[in-house]
Amino acid sequence: MLAVLPLPWPFEREYMQLALAAGLIVGICGPLIGTFLVQKRLSLLGDGIGHVAFAGVAAGLLLDVWPIWTALAAAVVGAVGIEWLRTRGRASGDLALALLFYSGIAGGVVLTGLAGSLNTSTLTYLFGSILTVGPSDAVTIAVLGVVIVLAVAVCWRALFSIVLDDEAARVSGLPVDGLNIGLAALTAVTVVAGMRIVGVLLVAALMVLPVGAAQRVARSFGATLLVASAIGATSAVVGLGTARQWALAPGGTIVLVAGAIFALSAVVGTRRRGAQVVVGSLDPQPEAIGPDAERLRQ
Amino acid sequence: MSAVALRVDAVSFAFRDHPVLDCVSLEVPEGAFVALAGANGSGKSTLIRIALGLLPAAQGQVELFGRGPRQLRERWRIGYVPQRPVASELLPATVRDVVAAGRLARRGWWRRPRSTDRVAVDRALDVVGLHDLAGRPLGELSGGQQQRTFIAKALATEPDLLVLDEPTTGVDAESQRRFRDALVEARDSGGAVVLVSHELGAVADDLDRVLVLRHGKIAFDGAPGDLAASGVSLGVHPTDLPVWLEGIG
Repeated sequence: MLAVLPLPWPFEREYMQLALAAGLIVGICGPLIGTFLVQKRLSLLGDGIGHVAFAGVAAGLLLDVWPIWTALAAAVVGAVGIEWLRTRGRASGDLALALLFYSGIAGGVVLTGLAGSLNTSTLTYLFGSILTVGPSDAVTIAVLGVVIVLAVAVCWRALFSIVLDDEAARVSGLPVDGLNIGLAALTAVTVVAGMRIVGVLLVAALMVLPVGAAQRVARSFGATLLVASAIGATSAVVGLGTARQWALAPGGTIVLVAGAIFALSAVVGTRRRGAQVVVGSLDPQPEAIGPDAERLRQ
Repeated sequence: MSAVALRVDAVSFAFRDHPVLDCVSLEVPEGAFVALAGANGSGKSTLIRIALGLLPAAQGQVELFGRGPRQLRERWRIGYVPQRPVASELLPATVRDVVAAGRLARRGWWRRPRSTDRVAVDRALDVVGLHDLAGRPLGELSGGQQQRTFIAKALATEPDLLVLDEPTTGVDAESQRRFRDALVEARDSGGAVVLVSHELGAVADDLDRVLVLRHGKIAFDGAPGDLAASGVSLGVHPTDLPVWLEGIG
């Protein structure tokens, strides 16, 4: 039993505080990994790995093992497998993803059928159930979150270099294959960490939408990582509060908030870029033409 | 006698049944500025990719600083600027972010930047004339400025061999001039420079050697003056150069 912190509504109760902690961790970690996936045009990788993680959950229910561990094992194997297929040229990026999507969900359905457990427990992992996160879940999510943050802190510059130009990175001696596999494995860890929060079907949204918003307002790569994580965390907090106020599904609400922030950033980002173009056009002074030209020149 | 930065010995390569390179040999000593020219499809980029260890040769050998590409531990000694499209407007990276990435291999990719890294990045930005734009997002720059950014990234490594694959295609005159200055600076500081290009006009007076590749074979290997004497102008319009080169060999 954890001590309940003196937080204001809507986080005054223990179950909401556990949900808040788990939501914040996933809200911060998802975009950290997603920033690299979006730049590598692999935005749907998290979704594909989520489907494989579902097969892992079903295997756990069948074998009577805690589904988090079996999901983690399946997700890491699936992530490394897709990276291998992609980089060895055995399948194009979208075909490799399709393979992962359909094999994962089909495997999950078959294993769930064998376990005879297509019930509330399965739906918990498919759509998330953040309000039922217990202390042991929160600790597991926290450990996975620490792994993700530490790995990104050490590797982000090298991963950025690969995003920028993987051939030049390879020529300069960076371990491109190893770092790509590491990123795929971290994606799997992130998916599993977020499984209880928003579910395997929506977890990729938290890896992509905050990044889409951040890259419209941030100027540097480091700033994009920080802003995207801040947006992910804000989505978790606002989504949880909104869900409690109107008794909505928390996982879906968190993702909808992230989507709303993305839409807002698209408007703000477009206006800002437009303003920069206008400023740029003032130097050098454009030549005035037409009937008002003489007056303008005076 | 200068040490050899790059040695390609009797290299052949084919894509399936289509021969691309046929027993190509060349040497680039340290401190040399060499251009590799040839029409589209003559095998220039394939030769460079093999020389850098990105493609395995079907036959023949490649040495970088006396070692096979996979055996060379100090890979940071090579600076490489590949062919590239213009960066996406949404790429969230400043010019400084991109140039600083060139220092990773030299200091160890897991280490944080040190003051020597910052000095090298500033110097590379100065050389290509982009210091004032260091804080600007790459996607807001012109194509020529973006190319200079990637050349600065390679220069920031402080390489002993700088290889550039078609870096000036579609680049404005100001960028061409800055580009020429950067390559001459790299050569004058003791490094070898290999430039793959159709457009050699900007650097014609600075080149030590020109190699012309035609149908996968070296058709010419000599001084720029000798090439001019055989009727080929390096200063012609880019689309004309391959036509001129058809008469070589």
